[in-house]
Amino acid sequence: MILSKDSSLYHWNIDKALAPLLLLAGLACVAILLLIVLFLSREAWPVLANGGWRAFVADNGWYPLEGLFGLLPMLAASLAVMLGAIVLAGPVGLGCAIFLQFYAPQAVRKSFRLLLSLLAGMPSVVLGLWGLTVLVPLIAQWQPPGASLLAAILVLALMIVPTMALAGAAALSSVPADLISGAAALGMGARSRILYVAVPAARRGMLSGALLSMARALGETMVLLMVAGNVVQYPHGLLEPVRALTANIALEMAYATDLHRAGLFASGLLLTLLVLVLAWLAARSLRHD
Amino acid sequence: MTERLFTWTIWLSAALVAAALMWVIGDLFSLGAAHLSLDFLLSAPRDAGRSGGIGPILVATVLIIGVTLTVALPLGLMAAVWLAEFTVRGDALGNAIRLSLDVMAGVPSIVYGLFGNAFFSIYLGMGFSILSGGLTLACMVLPVFIRTSEMGLAAVSDAWRQGASALGMTRSAAIWHILLPAASPAIGAGIMLGIGRATAETAALIFTSGYVDRMPESLLDSGRSLSVHIYDLSMNVTGGDTAAHASALVLIALIIVFNLLAQWFTDRWLHRRQLA
Repeated sequence: MILSKDSSLYHWNIDKALAPLLLLAGLACVAILLLIVLFLSREAWPVLANGGWRAFVADNGWYPLEGLFGLLPMLAASLAVMLGAIVLAGPVGLGCAIFLQFYAPQAVRKSFRLLLSLLAGMPSVVLGLWGLTVLVPLIAQWQPPGASLLAAILVLALMIVPTMALAGAAALSSVPADLISGAAALGMGARSRILYVAVPAARRGMLSGALLSMARALGETMVLLMVAGNVVQYPHGLLEPVRALTANIALEMAYATDLHRAGLFASGLLLTLLVLVLAWLAARSLRHD
Repeated sequence: MTERLFTWTIWLSAALVAAALMWVIGDLFSLGAAHLSLDFLLSAPRDAGRSGGIGPILVATVLIIGVTLTVALPLGLMAAVWLAEFTVRGDALGNAIRLSLDVMAGVPSIVYGLFGNAFFSIYLGMGFSILSGGLTLACMVLPVFIRTSEMGLAAVSDAWRQGASALGMTRSAAIWHILLPAASPAIGAGIMLGIGRATAETAALIFTSGYVDRMPESLLDSGRSLSVHIYDLSMNVTGGDTAAHASALVLIALIIVFNLLAQWFTDRWLHRRQLA
């Protein structure tokens, strides 16, 4: 920012009005966030007040119409899908990042980047549609019912792979070139140079990319709603149908009233909290670089 | 030997992702392309969307995005200018605003849907309407738009600000005629990111702009966006898969068209002022 005296060429100085006006726009953003927090808490209050949140952990099952609000099975399902997707997308994303940075010929690199951004911009409802009409029947042929933890993990992995790959490539590109040429001068081959020098040097950027992908997977609704099967139960096996927290909100908001509605808003708050912790960890891992 | 194995693994992982994307796009085309026609784009859906077209749904989608941009662009640009030009490093107020934006960027879209339902639809009495859906999406895209634009403005060299100041330009004139045009690529990218998110969004719209697939008559009417239409056809309408795939192709095309338009508009608007 440049601090300059008000211009003396104009009688009416528009600059005096400008800063407060722009600040107002900035403050509006803070106000929106406060409104979000306020209204989520207000709607969730009937459940949160008087220690009602304990029901989330203590109640045996999610039967909101009978006043049972045990959401641990859905929380477990959300976490299982997230972990499965990152375990699958992590190595592939790392491979793609190394490919972009070290292996792809110039022409291929450009089109592969384009392909990744196309995949990243693919609407989740479209990926969900594909999962529902192509992937789920395929799995059902092998092991019914098809709509399952596995289907959700596969589609979500496809969804977060571009984030992993692009964040990884950005981290690898910021590794100092002398570090890698130094390793080459020591006689290390391409594989060792990449695996033992470049990747460790870029680990913080990659970790941050992975955490952001996990946050995205945890907050995703449509894919889970469409391919995971929506049965409320602890995830016992890969081929069992499960219902994630996000999908539960989308499924039940239409008819939820009173305490049930408050329960859904409370689960929304919990979800936001989890996603924010992941995003905070991601930002922290970058800052310590 | 291990070298070659490693090279193969790297190429394989890239090929895997490329093949998966081709698989998805190929299926969308083979299942939906035959259903596409001008009539499909213009006519109203019949029989819960199994036949007929997506005319009113396209109109509702464009209106929702229109509301989103009308609110998010001016507000976001002003906030970005304030953050980039009127705060110094370590400014407490600036940091508070940036932190709020980062938190907002992390809130899951279904939670924006909850908020929009509670605040716009019920508290402000907008009901299930295009206005309520568009405003919800505006809250959702603000953070990414502001942070991208702010970064673009911050990257403009200080020499330009000093030059403008030395010529006796007001700050406002310098911002309008020099800094914004110089940051136009980043602003354009921010707009595109915002439009892409807004067009692709489904979860935040189900409980704010609603399901009604009639032609919207005003912004206070409920309108079904294309993404919600795809969801509804595939989940709630048996035999709606073909129409869902055709709609998915249209949705992807729409995102690409919006992006090109935004690109063209920012190029033209900002470039011309730079020359003038």
